[in-house]
Formats: sequence, C-alpha cells, structure tokens
Amino acid sequence: MHEKTLAELSELLHQRKISSVELTQHFLQRIERYDGQLNSFVTVTPELALEQARAADARLQAGTAGKLTGIPLAQKDIFCTAGVKTTCGSKMLDNFIAPYNATVVEKCNAAGMVMLGKTNMDEFAMGSSNETSYYGAVKNPWDVKAVPGGSSGGSAAAVAARLAPIATGTDTGGSIRQPAALCNLTGLKPTYGLVSRYGMIAFASSLDQGGPMAHSAEDVALLMETITGFDKRDSTSLDRPVENYSSQLNQSIEGLRIGVPKEYFGEGLDPEVAKVLETSLKEFEQAGATVHEVHLPNNQLAIPVYYIIAPAECSSNLSRFDGVRFGYRCENPKDLIDLYKRSRGEGFGAEVKRRIMIGTYALSAGYYDAYYLKAQQLRRVLTQDFTDAFKQVDVLFGPTSPTVAFNIGEKVDDPVTMYLSDIYTIAVNLAGIPALSLPAGFAHNRPVGMQLIGNYFSEGRLLNIAHQYQQRTDWHSRTPASFA
Amino acid sequence: MSLQRTDVEKIAHLARIALSEEDIPVYTRTLSDIFALVEQMNSIDTTGITPMAHPLDATARLRADEVSETNQRDSFQSIAPQVEAGLYLVPKVIE
Repeated sequence: MHEKTLAELSELLHQRKISSVELTQHFLQRIERYDGQLNSFVTVTPELALEQARAADARLQAGTAGKLTGIPLAQKDIFCTAGVKTTCGSKMLDNFIAPYNATVVEKCNAAGMVMLGKTNMDEFAMGSSNETSYYGAVKNPWDVKAVPGGSSGGSAAAVAARLAPIATGTDTGGSIRQPAALCNLTGLKPTYGLVSRYGMIAFASSLDQGGPMAHSAEDVALLMETITGFDKRDSTSLDRPVENYSSQLNQSIEGLRIGVPKEYFGEGLDPEVAKVLETSLKEFEQAGATVHEVHLPNNQLAIPVYYIIAPAECSSNLSRFDGVRFGYRCENPKDLIDLYKRSRGEGFGAEVKRRIMIGTYALSAGYYDAYYLKAQQLRRVLTQDFTDAFKQVDVLFGPTSPTVAFNIGEKVDDPVTMYLSDIYTIAVNLAGIPALSLPAGFAHNRPVGMQLIGNYFSEGRLLNIAHQYQQRTDWHSRTPASFA
Repeated sequence: MSLQRTDVEKIAHLARIALSEEDIPVYTRTLSDIFALVEQMNSIDTTGITPMAHPLDATARLRADEVSETNQRDSFQSIAPQVEAGLYLVPKVIE
C-alpha cells in the first residue's frame, strides 16, 4: 500500500477498496516500526490522524470527497498547527502550541487530508543537513550514515522511507530541492507568493516559500492544486486563480528548449554526479527536446548575496522570540535585558545565533549600504541573468546539489563549506522563480537529483517536463531496500 | 575581513544574545569566515542599480480599514511564560 502513488491511493479510496482509517493505520505502523532509525518526525499525531481519517471515510461514503480526501501526509514542523506542538526544530519552541493553523494546514484539512505528524527540520530552517535540529539529526533512508539534506530533511526522509506518501516542505535557499535530491524525491519550490506564508514560521520573508515533496511530479501536482491560492492573511500572497497542474502533465515536450548553464557544470561538481546528469539530458533529447548552452555569469555571487539578505531578514524576524509572549524563557532573569539575552542565548542553537548575528551586523549603523543595500542591488543582477537566459530557452537544467548526500558530522563545524553546497539552488530564491528537483539516478550508491528551473509561474511546465521524464525512467519509484 | 572579539561581543549585545565565554572565539572565527565570503560582492560595480526588495517587485496590498479579527487575548496568553490579570510579566523595569 505504501508504494502506491497518490492517484492510485485516491482511486482505491474512492472505489471503497480501502478505507482512510486502514491507510492511516498502515502508515502509522510504519512510522512506529521504522522512525527509530531515521528520527524524521518530531511529533506523531496518531489520535488526530485517525479522527481525520474517520471524517474522511464519512466524506468518501457521502460522496463529498475530493481527490486527496483520506490521503495521509506529514507536515514540516514549521507550519503552525492549532493544538499540536510546532517546534520549528528549536528548543525555543519546544513547548509552543500555536493558537491557529497555517493556511497550508487549513487547506490540507479542508481537502480532507490526514496529518500523520510533524517532521523534523534544521532549526528555524537554517541548515542544509538537518543536523542543526534541537531534536537531533535525521538519517537518510538510502544510507543511515548520510544526511538527508535540509532544512526539510525530516519530510524528505519520511517520504523516501515511505512513512508518509507525501509531505510539505519549505524552501528559502534550497530546503525543499536539496533534501529531495539527496533522498531521491521530487520536490517543488513554487514561484514566490503562490503558497501562503501565513502560519509558516518566518526565516527570511522575501525568500521563504512552501511546497510539496513526493515521489513523482504527478503527486506534487496534486498537492500543489490543494495548497496554492490567494490568501488575504499573507501580504505577499499573489492574487491568481489556482492552476490545474495535473491536466498539463501529459503535454509533449517535443521542441522544448533546455538551457544548460555552463556555470552549473564547472569546478565543485562531483564528476560522477555530472555523468548521471549527462544521461538525463540524453533522455530529454530522445523525447524531442533540444539542448543549448546558456550562461548565468554572476551565479557565484548568489551565496554571498544570500548570506547577507537571509540573515538580515532572519535577525529581524527572530527578534519576536524574546522570552516574554511565548516560547522559551530562562530561569531567574535579573532584569529585562538579562531575560532577553539568556532566553535567546539558551533557546537558540549555534547556527541560528550565528545567522542572527550576521544579520544584526549587516544591518547595524554604518554597514547597511556596504552589505544590505549592495546585496539587494546584486539580487537584481542575479535576477536579470535568469531573465536573459529565459529569452533563449524555456527551462534551465542542472544539478540540484554539487554532491550526493554527505556523511553526518562531515561539514557541521565549517559553516562556509556547508553554505557552498547550496550553490545551485540559492539564486532561484533570490529571483523568486520556481524550480523543481527530481530523481536522476545514483552515484556512489546515493541518489542524484536534477534541477529544472523555470520562469515565473512555469510550475505547470516544470511538472509536465518532470512527468514526461518519469514516464520514461523509474528512478523516482525506487525504495531504499531497508524500508521496502 | 576579520572580526575581533570585541566586535562579536558588541554584535551579540545588539542581537540580545548571551554568549558563553567558550563560544566567543568560535563565533569570532566563523563570522570572520562568512564576512570574508561576503566580500566577493565587491567584485561587481553596482552603481546605479535599483535595489530589489521583492522578487516580483510587488508593492504592499492595501485594504479597507475595517475590523477583521476578534480579540483572542486569552488564547494568546495561554502560551506565555508568565501572565497575570491579562498582562505579560517581566522583571521589574522601573526602580
């Protein structure tokens, strides 16, 4: 049952061949049996899940069910859930029960989906390995010595090990795409503003975007149709009609112009990963696409620009954690400043403190123009590079990550090395365009992801291209042997 | 660019973060490394380029000034570390 696609599960549910309660119990049992090895969930919600499953079965019985009614999912623990702990992977929020649901959660509930629990993540989504979580590292189901990627590492590991058929993630600099790549999943970062950020705990507000993580593009399309849409509670939500992504999946990719940025295949890319990607490109050519070399001349600046803009926004957003209104408070504060300083010093982990301090410095008097303003100017330069590339081609193709999953502990003491592993994903967030990672094969016995980057609102096309590839290959449907 | 211990202490104070003695050298090193990486931004002349604050250059949406939310003080205060009579409690500020 756990190897079926969302469309297959939906059909079984609608034909009443299985019930949502049975399906939910099946996944809850898998979590119980396997998650000890992976640590992919912070909170499992069996009672709530079964209650939602019973309600879903009633809707299926009454004929009022939608396509995803009764389908279980895991929510990244960054989305607020009323009545269920939302930790954001931090000691700061270890005791936090949100008074309301995030819009994404509301939409999943309204569709009749069943929440299995909340997944582990890098603390406040700051990390590329899921090692910064207060709740401990998550293991990669393809090799438990390896990281699952981050920050949506718990969601990636849970779906890859088939402890949940689909999960949500969030992507500020690659946090959906990189774990999807490292765990052999399909993950989409939508155009900025398509998925509401209401109730999604903010890291860097001008970059953060939620999206689905699943096995196939077809499954991602189904969840996208559920979680997108205008939300008046999010001031940056885009007022556009919800698209029917599923209906675009079967379009031909004959004549598709694929651009390969030369800068994505240079120094730093593992030659074994490059080899896998060359094979994928040939597959696209056989399907009728044409391949063209393009340039993103300033791509190497994406990391420095990001490590000013994201920390600057984070230092502002995380100032709300003050030990006064909610979250962690230190013991016996001697005065208000001591209350602030020790609550934050004890409540935040090392990487979060580091990023708050980078942002604080970059925004401090006398440094604003040299750092923040300069970064915002370069953000336009980087965005223009994409605009120029999309004049020549329909979509960009490249690696999602320069290497396969690295080992747990390998990069944790060297932030700059860790940051450099996001070289292919970060510029996409700065520009606000959509990008998708999908399974391309294996190198060093670990999964390799390919990244497809499109212009604003090209999600339908990206999912279509990925689906066409997945019709011709079976990388995406493989399951790690220990979790079969 | 290399930061000094005193810089890190000042930044931590501005950020209202208490650092332990043994953490300060670690942050001094890692923050210096990161700002060295950031220096690469200076390789491009950006004179005259308009800073980009929003991916789609959108401006804030306006709405009519109407009451849209109900009072949820009790619910919000139920998760606060310390409240009394509807107020958030903090250590004494005024002597």
